[in-house]
This record gives sequence, structure tokens and C-alpha cells, in this order.
Amino acid sequence: MELKRLTPYCYEIPRSGSMNVPGRVFMSSRMANEMRETEALKQVANVATLPGILTAAMAMPDMHWGYGFPIGGVAAFDWETGIISPGGVGYDINCGVRLAGTSLEEKEIRPLLERLVNALFQNIPSGVGSTGSVKLSAKEEMKVLREGGRWAVRQGFGEPSDVERTEDHGCMTEADPSVISERALKRGAKQLGTLGSGNHFLEVGVVDEIFDEPTARTFGLFRDQVTVLLHSGSRGLGYQVCDDSLAFMAKHVKTLGIQLPDRQLACAMIRSAAGRRYFSAMACAANYAWANRQILLHRARETFQQVLGIGPRDLAMHQVYDLCHNIAKRETHTVDGRVRTVCVHRKGATRAFPPGHPAVCEAYRQVGQPILIPGDMGTASYVMAGTRTAMEQSFGSTCHGAGRVLSRRAAKKQAKGRTIQRELSDKGILVKWTGRSTLAEEMPDAYKDIHQVVDAVRGAGLSTRVARLRPICVIKG
Amino acid sequence: MANHYTQLDHTADLRIRVTGSDISDLFKNAGLALFDLIAKSDRLESHEVIEVAATGDDPADLMVNFLRELLYLWTGDEKLVSMIHIMQLSNTAVSARVTTDRYAPERHEMLHEIKAVTYHQIDVRRARKGWEAIIVFDV
Repeated sequence: MELKRLTPYCYEIPRSGSMNVPGRVFMSSRMANEMRETEALKQVANVATLPGILTAAMAMPDMHWGYGFPIGGVAAFDWETGIISPGGVGYDINCGVRLAGTSLEEKEIRPLLERLVNALFQNIPSGVGSTGSVKLSAKEEMKVLREGGRWAVRQGFGEPSDVERTEDHGCMTEADPSVISERALKRGAKQLGTLGSGNHFLEVGVVDEIFDEPTARTFGLFRDQVTVLLHSGSRGLGYQVCDDSLAFMAKHVKTLGIQLPDRQLACAMIRSAAGRRYFSAMACAANYAWANRQILLHRARETFQQVLGIGPRDLAMHQVYDLCHNIAKRETHTVDGRVRTVCVHRKGATRAFPPGHPAVCEAYRQVGQPILIPGDMGTASYVMAGTRTAMEQSFGSTCHGAGRVLSRRAAKKQAKGRTIQRELSDKGILVKWTGRSTLAEEMPDAYKDIHQVVDAVRGAGLSTRVARLRPICVIKG
Repeated sequence: MANHYTQLDHTADLRIRVTGSDISDLFKNAGLALFDLIAKSDRLESHEVIEVAATGDDPADLMVNFLRELLYLWTGDEKLVSMIHIMQLSNTAVSARVTTDRYAPERHEMLHEIKAVTYHQIDVRRARKGWEAIIVFDV
């Protein structure tokens, strides 16, 4: 597939065939030269054929082959004439990341790390089929779907300031629980407050480096500070919402006369009843995910207090931010000089709103929205900030993580004969996990180099670096 | 059972190739492959026989919908499928009798959290010998 260099960090897939707009991939020249993800590039071109797409079908430097839409993809559609697609959001609706800081420094917890990792592993349900510590009645589940993070805080899981420092304040108001299937509700009732499996994790880290002192201070981050980073989503409820919607839309799309290059791109016009129905269901799942991460943070707070024998005030585990990286949003953007309402799909991509944007919570409005970019479990994670360039170039979006480079099968093959746990502990990282093959499948070598991904979005001007975190203990599902 | 399917490379998900002597056998083997990926059973204790039915526009759509129904037995009801008997099968409808085992941590080791059966690259076709299917599971 032809890739045309537009700038040192932006490449174009020129329009051809039934593409309505070109493709645009943000990456370094090194990444472009080593680009093996031809399937992902083809997926970018496929997305460009969908009705109502604006400017370009985009991909971030952590992109890889997904199903239908690529992972690391961003696509904005005109609200009046465009489509919405469950495949452009993904199965794990509002899969996202939450970061909290503490008052502690690494030296204070090093001697207790073994106890801490064991206690976290015990208190935070993880792994395949794990069920939560919160039992939901049918009535309460409806409230979770409508209210998201606020519901959890009202139940005593956290502080109002957590919700304040959450994307959309932890609630998409378009949620309508009446469109959620029995199957999705049944799965949701038993999994609230669970981490999940696969690439989901809870990581205790340390602020390793500060790149932008004033912004780091605004985010409440300082050097050597102990942090907690969570990666989880809407669990079975979200998967079921996506699956139900895809099954419906696969049939529905045939009535629209749209030729799809891939069945997984099934979609509906945003303004149609089918489109609105999916958007309302997706919003419910997004709210469930925010309530879930709110409970997980609460469990982490309890566990730290218990192991360290200190109170909440001394621990001061304050939320830095919580964001989603699998979502579709109704947003306002300037397209070709005209202000338009658009539906931005971010599948494995993060919102990156600039300083001054009204959607950025008040505490951070001067410096821009925090962006949380987890790397693999042996390397580093980054805290970045949104920029005006992102608003102009990528519908206010940036990357979401390192992105896989090895398939799970290939990772397991490479891990044969190695002790990943030992390799990590030699680097000072303790890890606890549930699934037999989780550690091999999720080993550091399975992911792209996070530093390269971050350098590429920085080079493209989509975000600026604020701080880097180094993992010291990791819980995996 | 395990030799009726192989795992193929796919960066983010689980992609498998399943084979069967005929299309009925293919549907049965695809269902068993799904549960082989979900859990490892030490000891089978058959508990309950359930009838499962699905419809689809063509064999590929039917395969996805059939596996969706089977997957929900696990994700919704915590039942693991140990045996499948295809009762009726056409290009657009399937019904099967499946033997299930209730999940018990002491007997089952969980291997993968399969989020969904996807349409991505779905293919059900006649092969040189018998039938084969390519299926991508989201994990």
C-alpha cells in the first residue's frame, strides 16, 4: 500500500477506489520504514470508504491489526450525514486508564512491596470469569448504567474529586438503560469491581522523570512519587452490548445499500433510530466502566491503607485523571474552517484536548487534558498533555499505549524456556497474575517500544510529555 | 479433539482454522475449539444437556451466530460445553444438543477470556478434504 510522507511524523494513504477521504497515519519515518502492519493500513483505507467520514481515516503510531477498524484508529463522521459503528469503538466499550498519585515515595514502600502486591492481588478480583465484590440488584444496575462514576462515589467508593477529574465527569448523559439486553444486564450484574484479564492490569509505579514541571505540579505529580495506574473497562456488559449491536447492524446495514469491505464495519446512520439506539447503549456501557474503575481505585486505596497502616489523609491517594480509549463521542470540531458537530470514534486512541477547552476539567484547563499512556509491564508509562495541534490534526486525539507487535501465539513461543517473572523481578518489578499463559502473552517483548510511540505523537505535535512512570509491581488478570 | 483446530497468528486476537469431515462436523469442532480455548478440564462431569439453535444469512453468518450462542452459555450461565451433537443443519439454520459442565475452580483451569466471536475474516468453505473455517475471537 502506498504511503506518502506529508511531514516527518505524518503519512498519507492517498484516496483510491471507493475511499471518500485519504488515510492519515501518525508515525516516525523509522516506523514507516519498518511498517509491517499492512493489514492495519488496509483497514484504515476501508474505514475511509464509510459514509460521512470527515478529513481522513486516521491511525496513531501504536496502531495494529484489529477487526474491521484498526486498533489505534480515529475516525470522525458528520453528525447529520455520517455513520456510527460498534466496530469503531470495540468490544470493550470505555476500556480506559485511571492514574492516582499518593503522598508516598518509593523508599517508603519498598520494604513492604511483597505484602502490598499480595494484598492487592487478593483484594482486587481479576482473571477470567472473576466476579465482583459488589452485588447489584436489577434496580441498582440501572442506576450504574445511567450515572456511572457518580453512582460509585455515592455508594462510598471514592471522593467527588475523583469524578471531577474523570473524562466527561464519569458519565455520558445519553445513556438509556432501556435499550440494554437481558444478556448484557445479567453479565453486568456480577462483574462490577473486577479488573478482567488479558492486557488489563493494576500497576504500582514511581514517577521516574518529570519533563514539564509546572504541568506535573498541576496534575499533582512529583519525582519519586508512588502512583497507581489502572487499566480496565466495561467487562462482559460492554462486550455483550457491542456483540448485540453488531449482530443487529450486520442485518440493518443491508437495508442502507452501503457496500462494506468487511462485515465487522457494520454501522447505522447516527441520526437513525438504529444509530441512536447503539449510541445510548454504548453510553450505558461507558458509564458502567467508569463505575468499575471507581470501585477498583477504592479497593486500591483500602489496600494501601491496610498494608501501610496509615489513614486516607496520610496516604492522600488523589486521582490524577481517568480517560477512555475505546469510545464514540459527540464533539464539536472545526472542519475546513467550519464548526461542525461530529461523531469521533476512538478505538485504541485517547482524547487529547488542549489548554482552554471547556471539556477539560477546571483544575487542568490552563495546562490541557492529562493523557495516560501505559507501556508494557516491564518498561514505562507516560503522562502527557493535550495540544491545539491535536485539535487541528486528529480531532483532538492521540495514541493509547504501546500497541502489540507479537501475536499471543508468537509471544508464548518466544517466552518458552524463559522465566518472565524472574526477568521482571531482576528489574525490581514484582508481578502477580491469574491466567496460565497471561504472563507469556503479555511479556514486554510482545509490545512496541513505548518510547518510540510517545516520541512519534510528540513529534507530530499531538501531545506533550509531562512525566514518566516506572512500574514496581503489577497485578494481571 | 485438539487436532481439529490450529491457532493462526493474529496480532491482537485469537485466530483459528477448524476442520471437519463434513459441514456438521465442522460446526461441532468449531464449538469444541471455542471451549478448548476458554478452559482446560481435568475431569469431565456432564451436568446438563441443553438445546441451542441459531440462524444466519449464509454458512459464515450462521457459524458466528452459533458460536455466539455457545459462548453465552459460558459468559451468561457459567456453563462449559463438553460435547456437541448437531441435530439439524442447513445453510441458514442450525440446532444442536450440547452437554455442559458447571464451572468449578477445582476442575477447570481458565485459559482465555474470549470477549466475542467476530465477523472479521470469517470464512466457512469446502476444503480439499471435507470442510474448514477461519474464525477470529476477540480476547
